[in-house]
This record gives sequence, C-alpha cells and structure tokens, in this order.
Amino acid sequence: MEPLNALVAFANFVLVPATAYGSQLALGALGVTLIYGILRFSNFAHGDTMAFGTMSVILATWGLQAAGIGLGPLPTALLALPVGIAVTALLLLGTDRLVYRFYRAKKAVPVTFVIASLGVMFIYNGVVRFIIGPDDQRFADGERFVISARDFKTMTGLDEGLAIKTTQVITVVVAVVVVAILFWFLNRTRTGKSMRAYSDNEDLALLSGINPERVVMYTWLMVAALATIAGTLYGLDKSFKPFTYFQLLLPIFAAAIVGGLGSPLGAIAGGFVIAFAEVTITYPLKKVLGYALPEALEPDGLVQLLSTDYKFAVSFVILIIVLLFRPTGLFAGKSV
Amino acid sequence: MNTRAVLLFALVALLFVATGVFQSWNLALTIFNMGLISAIMALGVNIQWGYAGLFNVGVMGFVALGGLGAVLVSMPPNFEAVSAGGGRIVLGLLAGVAVVAAAIYAWRRGGRYHGWITAAVLLVGFFVFRAILDPGVIAVEAVNPASAGNIGGLNFCADYRDCGWITLLSWPAGAVLAAGAAWIIGKTALGLRSDYLAIATLGIAEIIIAVMKNEDWLARGVKNVIGLPRPVPYEIDLQNSEVFTEAATEFGFDPVTASTIAVKLAYAGFFALVLLLLIWLTQAALTSPWGRMMRAIRDNEVAAEAMGKDVTARHLQIFVLGSAVLGLAGAMMITFDGQLTPTSYQPLRYTFLIWVMVIVGGSGNNWGSVLGGFLIWWLWVQVEYFGPLGMTYLTAGMPDGFWLKDHLQEAAQHTRLALMGVVLLLVLRFSPKGLLPER
Repeated sequence: MEPLNALVAFANFVLVPATAYGSQLALGALGVTLIYGILRFSNFAHGDTMAFGTMSVILATWGLQAAGIGLGPLPTALLALPVGIAVTALLLLGTDRLVYRFYRAKKAVPVTFVIASLGVMFIYNGVVRFIIGPDDQRFADGERFVISARDFKTMTGLDEGLAIKTTQVITVVVAVVVVAILFWFLNRTRTGKSMRAYSDNEDLALLSGINPERVVMYTWLMVAALATIAGTLYGLDKSFKPFTYFQLLLPIFAAAIVGGLGSPLGAIAGGFVIAFAEVTITYPLKKVLGYALPEALEPDGLVQLLSTDYKFAVSFVILIIVLLFRPTGLFAGKSV
Repeated sequence: MNTRAVLLFALVALLFVATGVFQSWNLALTIFNMGLISAIMALGVNIQWGYAGLFNVGVMGFVALGGLGAVLVSMPPNFEAVSAGGGRIVLGLLAGVAVVAAAIYAWRRGGRYHGWITAAVLLVGFFVFRAILDPGVIAVEAVNPASAGNIGGLNFCADYRDCGWITLLSWPAGAVLAAGAAWIIGKTALGLRSDYLAIATLGIAEIIIAVMKNEDWLARGVKNVIGLPRPVPYEIDLQNSEVFTEAATEFGFDPVTASTIAVKLAYAGFFALVLLLLIWLTQAALTSPWGRMMRAIRDNEVAAEAMGKDVTARHLQIFVLGSAVLGLAGAMMITFDGQLTPTSYQPLRYTFLIWVMVIVGGSGNNWGSVLGGFLIWWLWVQVEYFGPLGMTYLTAGMPDGFWLKDHLQEAAQHTRLALMGVVLLLVLRFSPKGLLPER
C-alpha cells in the first residue's frame, strides 16, 4: 500500500483533467442556462456557437502569430479572445434579430424556438466548416507544462508523476475569473438585477419598466462571451474539431439540467458532477487501486468501468437519474 | 389530396425527371430510392411529432438499430463464434436484465434504506454482469477476427447470397428491434418535459451508436459488415443472362447500364410498396377515433386527461410505433447500401435532416412528410453536386493557385448544411405549418 502514490496517480489521471473539463463544461452550461432562464428555450445551436467562437479565436490567433505577437509562455489565443468574443457577439445579435425576435414578438411556444435553433445550428455548423474546414486544428502555443511528470518525480521522489498542463491551469483560472465577474454582474449591477427579475417573472419585470429587448441583448452578449471562452479553453486543452463541439451539446445540456435549468450556480455544480463522473468511470483505475489497496486485493484487470466511447452514457445516466428523482435539478431550476 | 398537394408532388417529380434527363437516370433512381427511404423516416418522425407532439431527436439511434436488426437476420450465422461464447453472452445479458429487475424491486420494496440498497444492487450487479459477459465477448471476437469475429445472423442457406428473400424478413425485424428499444426508453424518459425528452433522446442515439461501434461481437463494430444479401438480382448476373442482354439490346440500351437501372427499379418497387402500405396505414390511423384522440392529447394534454385518456400510455404507444417505422427504414437502407457502417451515422444527417423534412413538408400531415422527404433529400444530394459547380463559376475570375479560390472550391461541399438551415428557417417563418399544412 502506497497511499501517497495512489493519491498522485488519482490526481494526475482523474482530478486534474476532470477539474479542467468540468470548468469547460460549467462555462458551456452557464450559457445554456442563461438562454433558458431569459429567453426560455433550450438552445441546440450552443455547441456550434462555441465552435464558431473558437474558430474566430483561432483565426485571430493565427493573425497574431503571423504578426509575431505572443504572450511568451502563455498561449496567444488568450490575446485573441476579445476578438473572438466580439465576432461571436455580432453573430448572435444578428441571429437574434433575424430569427428569434420574430417569434418573441409573436409569443411563440418554446418548441418553436427550439426548432428554429435547429435551423441556426445547421447554419453555424455549415459556416464553421466552410471557413475552417471539418478537420482537427491545434492552436495551443507557449509553454506546454507547468509541471511535467518527470520534474514532479525528481522533485518528490515518488514513483508516480503528476503532470499539470498550462492549458489546464489557464482553464481553471479563467473559469474562476469569468464566473466571479458573471455573478458580480448578475447580483450587483442594475442590468444584472433586471435580467434576474425578467427571468423570475416576465410580466412583473415589464410592469416595472424593464426593457425586454435590452435584457435579451445583454443575454446574448454574455452568452457570446461564455461560449467563446468555453470553446477556446476546450480547444486549447484538447483540440478544435467542429463535430466534437457539436457532440459537447450532450454533456453541456446534461450539466445544465442536472444543476437545474435557469440556475447559474447549478450549471457550475452540474458541470463538475458530469466531468468527474465521466472521467472516473471511463478511466482505467488499475494503477490507482494498485497503490491504494493492500497487495492481496490488487485488481487483475484494468478496472475500467466503461470504455471511453461510452462517455455519453455517463452524462446520460446521470441526467436520467436526476430527472427521475429530482425533476428540477439539484439547485431547483425552473420548469416551464 | 388537394390541388396544392398535387402541384407540389408534380414539381418534385419534375425535379427527378430533370435529374434523369440532364444528369443520368442512374443518379435519378439512386436519389429516388433514398428519397423513398427518407420519406419513410419522415413518416416515422411525423407519427411521433405530428400526431402526439413528442420531440424525439434520437432518430439516428433507431435508424441504426434497424440496420443492426437487418444484419442480425440476413447474414449467415457464425457457428464457431456462437459456440465459443454465444451462450455466455446470452447468460450475461440475462444477468444484466436480472440486475435491473432486482434494482427496481429493491427501490420499490427496500423500505427505509431503499436508495442505498438499490445503489448497492446496481454496483454489485454491474460487476457480476461484466464478469459473465466479458469472457464470452472475448471468445466470440477471437474467432477469425479479420473477416468475422461476430455472432452473425439467422440466414441458414448454404450460400447466404442465394436467400435474398430473407432481407425482406429482416426489415420487420429491424422495426421490432427499434420498437423494443423505444419501449425501454419510453418507459424511463417519456415522463419528462418536452425539451428534457429531446436531450434524453439525443443522448440515447449517441449511446446506441457507441454500442454499435464498440461491441464487435454484435455486428463487427467499426470493422463494418459488408456484402449483405439483397432481395433483387445482382447486376453481374443480369449481364451474364442472355435473356436480359438480348432484351436490353433490342430496346437499344447498353446491357451494363440497363442492368444497374433494372436493379434500382426493382429496389424502388419494393420500397414504394412499403411506403404506400405505410401511407395507407397512417392515413387510416389518423382519421380513426384513435387518431382524433392522439391529436386531442397533443393539443391539450390536461383536457384529454380530464376526459379519462391515459396520456402516458398513449405517448408510449406512439413513441414505439414511430420508432418501429424508423427502424424499418433503417433496415431497408442497410439492404440498399449492402453494408452496415456504424461510423457513417451522423446526427446532422440522420436526425436533424429528417426533422427538416418533416417541418418543411408539414408536421401532422403524412403526405407532407413524404413530400418533404423527397424534396429535401433531392436538395441534399444535388447541392453536393451543384455547390462545387457553382463555386467554380463564382471563382472563375480568380487566378489559378490563388488561396481564396482553392479554399472556396474545397469548402463548397459544406454549403449544404447552411442551406438546409436556411430552408428550415424560411419555411418556419413564412409557412410555419409547412408546404402541406395539416387540415
């Protein structure tokens, strides 16, 4: 039994990757939950919004790299983020004006919005593939590791190494900063308060003189920022591929629903629940258990509960369990 | 059918004729055959969405299950593999069912600590299930993995290709498999609100595809099953038959072209028969008291429930029926393609494109779904052809080797995704009930 090695192995293969992945999911789920809370529909185009935002960031990154501008050890993409957010915000505001505003004025049922978002999803998907193509793009530059496995071993003298990638640290730091700003905005500013009021009770908010179009505009701006940041962090950590971003829709929705649709706090909790469950269940735990258990109990197999390809099953099962036993999610979201 | 419907169908027919005249009849028939299958898929979605308002975005999963059903019936059995591990796999699956049953029993009867007991049952049960199943799977997959490694199907003929008629039986088998899956899914997910159901079905479809990619013992996973038997003659046999070549030459056709067209026409005959039967059935169902009840439930669940209708049971029923139709179409498609390739199932193509067909055609109207199926499928195929062609004209003024020209020409194939979105949004905005509205 070597508990310290077990702990390090667990941190290396589960804790660190799942924390980074959870932050990415939480940011994505925050976008979904904001749209649900204010505009009152499930936005199927969110995965492709993230893809579009990331693509804008990548193009801006390439531009900066060509101009020789960089951040040294940090990825250039961080510098390109504002550009990506601005472009995505323009796209979302344009989409709202051309597509969603019409149905809002007509007070259409939520499912009409969802079907419209399917059309928007197709268009974004086509546009992204048209501009950058369907293939993998890697755009992370700068220092690759904060601590590499070998350095960690020589530093501590343990058998197991702990590698922490720069992108993972950046992901967590950026996510914390973004969430702090978001909560400050929603709780402290006038606009944020009017957004929450609108989300709680539309009619009452209108009576108090809140301008709904302004609330909607701010929502899309925030969604653009959240989606672009979430997509860029995911792309830095792994890689950018339009189809993968489309598939992120499922864990993101699962996170938002598990936390309770419409609840920002729930979206964050949901993101981490889904990420930790997914990574733990699809990772072969042989090494960790080998260190943690007495030798007699050491497992023979890989102790991989499910093959990695079944990661969708994890989000899905958690989703179903939560919905069956706690239909409004962990943090009591709303149900329309 | 009213004049509007007749005119629109005539227009779609004209599109196919134009394809035949200006491009080739072979292409026109290929699009037409897949159009027939798309129309059946659209009918399946329309049954769920148009009749009952169930938002199923797991179409892809049921279509894929239909294909799996077709393989499990029409391919020859792999006796060696079945005897190596078939029994264990069956035992393992039964154990899985038993675990789930025990968990449900524990949840209902477990008393005060039922949550913990259920969790414990599931956890222990999972390892028991894997312990029984895994050796069987390994044994089956070890048998001749380069060309088989799966359990095969139920086609017991000496040469399985001679028994093409079995494929006709495999179509309803695909439907039954999809319906069975739909029943299990419906039992758990149908109580959910509409957009929760959408997310749940989206996830189920991904899981079904993941199972089909990973469980090689079932249908070879990503190694694909090829060379499925077919209910129509092979082109090469037709070309070798004197009667056929003579008849073809007499009418002034090249025998090779004539054979491919004859085969496609034969497929079209089978597919059209199924489609007509389904239209007749669905139309009869829609105008029956049962159809009226369904629409009443869709339009106002609370009122229907107050009238004593069992909304949940009716939803389950219609979910199973619609999924069966999707499975049927999936099985037919596999027969037409002659192969099962799990990687080819993409949600944009097999779920959301079908939704575009239904919305554009007119949800709630069976003829509308059929029209949408043909029209959108034609568009989907032709844009792939005309997109690059149009881009060639558009970029004709640019010098060769100019980066933008190369990029635009390469990217032209992706225009069709955006175009489908535009078509969907335009129809939703300016003709929200679709081209053929529900009466």
